[in-house]
Amino acid sequence: MMGPALAEGLGRIVGPRWVRHRRAELKTFAMDGLPTRESFPGIVVLPGTAAEVREIVRLLHLADVPFVARGAGTGLSGGAVADPDAVLITLTRLNRILRVDRARRRAVVQPGVVNARLSEAVAPFGLHYVPDPSSQSACTVGGNVAENAGGPHCLKYGVTTNHIVQLQVVLPDGSVVELGSPHGEPWGPDLVGLFVGSEGMFGIVTEITVRLEPMPPAVRTMLADFPAVRAASEAVSAVIATGIVPAAMEMMDRACVAAVEASIYAAGYPTDAAAVLLVELDGQPDAVEAEAATVEAILRERGARSVRSASSAADRARLWQGRKKAFGAMGRIAPDLAVQDAVVPRSALPDIMDRIAEIRDRHGISISNVFHAGDGNLHPNISFDRRDPDVAHKVHVACREIMAACVAAGGSITGEHGVGSDKLDYMPWIFDAETLGAMRAVRRVFDPAERANPGKVVPIHACREWRAAPGAR
Amino acid sequence: MARGAGGAVSDVVHGRLRALLGTGGVERDPAGVPRAIPDTAEALSLVCRLAHEEGWKIRIEGQGTWLPADAPADLAVSTRALDQVVSVSPADLVATVQAGTPLEEIRRRLADEGMWLALDPPGRPERSLGSIIATATAGPLRHGFGPVRDHVLGCTVATGDGRLVKAGGRVVKNVAGYDLTKLQVGGFGGFGIIAEAHLRLRALPRADVTLLARGARDALTSAARDVVAAELVPAALELLSPALAAEADWVLAARFVGTDAAVQGDVRRIASAGGLAWQPLAPERTAAFWSLVARGSQGGPITLRLGVLGDGVDDTVDLLAHDLDEGLIAAGAGSGVIRWTGDAPPDRLRAVRRAAAAREIPMTLERAPWAIRRAIGHFGAYREGIGQIVGRLRDTFDPGQCLQVALEAAGE
Repeated sequence: MMGPALAEGLGRIVGPRWVRHRRAELKTFAMDGLPTRESFPGIVVLPGTAAEVREIVRLLHLADVPFVARGAGTGLSGGAVADPDAVLITLTRLNRILRVDRARRRAVVQPGVVNARLSEAVAPFGLHYVPDPSSQSACTVGGNVAENAGGPHCLKYGVTTNHIVQLQVVLPDGSVVELGSPHGEPWGPDLVGLFVGSEGMFGIVTEITVRLEPMPPAVRTMLADFPAVRAASEAVSAVIATGIVPAAMEMMDRACVAAVEASIYAAGYPTDAAAVLLVELDGQPDAVEAEAATVEAILRERGARSVRSASSAADRARLWQGRKKAFGAMGRIAPDLAVQDAVVPRSALPDIMDRIAEIRDRHGISISNVFHAGDGNLHPNISFDRRDPDVAHKVHVACREIMAACVAAGGSITGEHGVGSDKLDYMPWIFDAETLGAMRAVRRVFDPAERANPGKVVPIHACREWRAAPGAR
Repeated sequence: MARGAGGAVSDVVHGRLRALLGTGGVERDPAGVPRAIPDTAEALSLVCRLAHEEGWKIRIEGQGTWLPADAPADLAVSTRALDQVVSVSPADLVATVQAGTPLEEIRRRLADEGMWLALDPPGRPERSLGSIIATATAGPLRHGFGPVRDHVLGCTVATGDGRLVKAGGRVVKNVAGYDLTKLQVGGFGGFGIIAEAHLRLRALPRADVTLLARGARDALTSAARDVVAAELVPAALELLSPALAAEADWVLAARFVGTDAAVQGDVRRIASAGGLAWQPLAPERTAAFWSLVARGSQGGPITLRLGVLGDGVDDTVDLLAHDLDEGLIAAGAGSGVIRWTGDAPPDRLRAVRRAAAAREIPMTLERAPWAIRRAIGHFGAYREGIGQIVGRLRDTFDPGQCLQVALEAAGE
């Protein structure tokens, strides 16, 4: 199926220059942000319009060829990597912001719009798009929808699914449906909610209507350093218990701070601290002022050695810089960086941090932690060199042990990066065969032939069989 | 199988249920229809499996206070014995609660631990959690805390053929697998019967202040838009019709919750936004006022929900007043939802739905007698291509079509 004829057919739709099938051309598309999986797609096609996406999907439906949708390729779970028998549909050319409705606080965008660009574009109206993954300067809104992406500011404002109200979707048979409504109230069951986070396995979005939020009138960022990770973790719970909901609460451990301070992104974080905690409060000025005093008192009470505080945009940016660039800084340490993603109930944070340290020491590997402490979303990052098979094996085993510990603590195997191919094996740890079977059955409702992003998210061998949906009743 | 109460069929159903659940797990409703009252999720799924195997129709019931228990069926399944608050974790702001638990019971349990579920749905305080989730009926707090879907982290559901599906999880951030929970929130039971849910909680707010302004409707809606534009973020900003508020005029109610400093600041600021004369409600009257608003939806047999943005509230209320009546209306002035309660024949409801659809406004039938539900459906007709998806989802979760749920209008 995957041959010159198909490439030619795709070329007739998008123009030959937007079809790639030589090995050297495909190299760019063989990986996403997951360093441990490389696979060359059969063909890469880069449509420039929604109509071209429809025609491509229709052609692949008729030819019975699987496909994988891809944005900027910044995903961290291998979700945007295609096998050689599949066509990779790259959506980065669909990068137009179609409409901004200032009064109603909505924007309609194409899937290839870069996350940060959307916020920049609506900033003159005093608005922004809230979900802010660390990769926001590169990742696309379409990819965010597929993964239900998060980010530091999701603690107060929710993740991608809370900010998407309507989707135009090309189903795997090439038909087009509109899910949801601009109001956020669905026409029927909540298919937008079902679609967001389906990791490209239900279809391809070609138009996304997002909710925009006003910029908060006042923002205060605080940076506290702690002599122990446990104390910092306990401070997080203590703040939440007051009823104050910070916009963000981010933690970095000593290894992470050391990496940041040794890099060009040095932000002046104390390198002798066991943990650094960033707390951001936003809202009306008087409320922020009062809450900041409460939070600072709690941080000190829980053992913070110092608390730096900033209100101006420039000063706040400096405090955030180390956090935002942490992944870049850690990437310098070794050829490869495995950015892991897991969730625990907030109350389990102190214990799980001890457990990760124990796993790190036992395997003699390098782990640095930078994470969304406020919602228990961990990112243990392992710096390594995958060319050394012994080390690569240790990293694999350590990742499994960390996941198992998080699941045992009542958590989840992913908070914002998705399952992709990386976490397929862990799915049966948190879902029984019946529930996995339900997921597969729902996927077949949208994609009966299972051609959209095949082999991801649901480990088919672990599913109890559900009968395929026969059709509309 | 023949419908209706009494007779040999009903005796067979009753006998089989008794064998499954024991004598205490079965009763008959006033019309004689056998009613299963399982007290575990597993028992609930066994009842569904039995019904599926026998081809029996199931009527889903909770505490019996929202949807009337009138769908014709071979058996009723009540979740009212699934009434346990299974766990509350204050440090994690998460609770696990069985679906038949009355809301007031959940509120009490949570308040004991300084916790709060930021949902104030229409209806009676003893409404079951399952009914609130299945119908996605959020109340005025939707403005500040989001729709029902934002409060549900996961749920266990018995499908129409008796499988137990455990969707989502107990943590506040989770993207493992497809988000099947979203299908159950607002699915009206068409995709299974909810047995248990994991809920997202908040710390009980220190301060909780409600202010009221009275006046002509258009003045209030315009002032509400100013409040939103001024970036005040009340927990609720609800426009209430005179009949609903039991007042002579329309009422705009603003509720602020949070820390003392935040609430005091907002109360000061609202005075200068919109130019209304706001009067604070005495603290001891606040709970009674919002309870009155919630019970407003019991004032007629039918409740509708229309999705509208702030600038469409006036037009949509005009539409309701013209095609139905201006009786019991509560409108989230910024949250995008208008709720109407009253009585009307199916033809009039269909006409309103058509007129709303022409304005790109979805209308959901939240509550009505079975004859109305069956005639016009909770959702009515879908947009192009959606009906097929929904139909296939229903076939997936209820392959024997045992669950008596009228999502769509009956074919004429």
